[in-house]
Amino acid sequence: MKLREVVSSLNLGVASASDTLDQTITGGYASDLLSCVMAKAQAGNIWVTLQAHVNIVAVASLLNLTGIIITEGSRLEEATIEKANEEHIPILTTPLPTFTVVSKLAALGIQGTD
Amino acid sequence: MFQYVLADLHIHTVLSPCAEVEMIPPLIIRRARELGLGLIGITDHNSAENVAAVIEAAQGSGITVLPGIEVQTREEVHVVTLFDTAQQALVWQMEVFNHLPNLKNNEDHFGAQFVVDASGEYIRRNERLLATSTDMSLEMVVAMVQDLGGLALPAHVDRPSFSLLANLGFVPPDLDLPAVEILCSSQESEVRQRFPQIRGFTMVSSGDAHRLSEMVARTIFKIAAPTVAELVLAMRGEDGRWVEIY
Ligand SMILES: [Zn+2]
Ligand SMILES: [Zn+2]
Repeated sequence: MKLREVVSSLNLGVASASDTLDQTITGGYASDLLSCVMAKAQAGNIWVTLQAHVNIVAVASLLNLTGIIITEGSRLEEATIEKANEEHIPILTTPLPTFTVVSKLAALGIQGTD
Repeated sequence: MFQYVLADLHIHTVLSPCAEVEMIPPLIIRRARELGLGLIGITDHNSAENVAAVIEAAQGSGITVLPGIEVQTREEVHVVTLFDTAQQALVWQMEVFNHLPNLKNNEDHFGAQFVVDASGEYIRRNERLLATSTDMSLEMVVAMVQDLGGLALPAHVDRPSFSLLANLGFVPPDLDLPAVEILCSSQESEVRQRFPQIRGFTMVSSGDAHRLSEMVARTIFKIAAPTVAELVLAMRGEDGRWVEIY
């Protein structure tokens, strides 16, 4: 599934790198601890978190994630958006909580890893 | 002109809901004396309401008390913040309170938050929930503390929760930190191996004591005076100052 389809289906805001929505999502991962994400998330994953710190961009870039969904309307820092534009990492926003977002992604057929 | 000072820069009092009732000023000072500590940091969760009492209790003991706060950032990272004077710490506390959600502490769940005098006598409770996140980012906390003339150290970075490395993976490259704190149960060499991302950082190790038996004397500073400015020099290894964990 393309990132663009997820954006429109979940009605997500696009806070950065809006020119990168044609990537294909291979799966999903959710955690707010970046140490766990670095150990577990797979290339091509969409990452769901409410962590909005600038370090999320480096992690997504390092792991070649397709994008980051920031949940619960968590306030994005300017530095995070700037860095995400530089690194071409799409940051997507929603007021929904993480559980709801993950359920919706699962309903679209996006799977997690075992 | 230099002195060698044993320090434990991260100690909680009965103001921290998770601390034991024995964590009152005279007993903290007595224990610090037993351990040979010359310098202690008083760092309750998101509050400095007991620092003046510990400073007063330390008078005549030869022990220097650095007043501070262990702040919880919006990323749930704990940061030990330390100052030279209680006034500085109280200014910082106002800032922290402004950035805390206005929730009531639940004593049954978290424990009571006691404000005490220098002898440890009960003055009042802080009814506000202190054991939670402020809405300040890590960067904001470090910058504001340094602006106030204080020292900010990411706490227990090798802990699996409430830590810079667990929550944010690595030290943000633009963040200017003189040192990081590791757990009192950790060996510095092991931490450097396990976390290559902080290999280049100076490390200190404090007890994060919530009971008297958890206070530790394993970080030694070579400094000219027990002040924040001297600690920073030692952490940066400048002008003949240094710090070591043993
Ligand atoms: Zn802590
Ligand atoms: Zn602590």
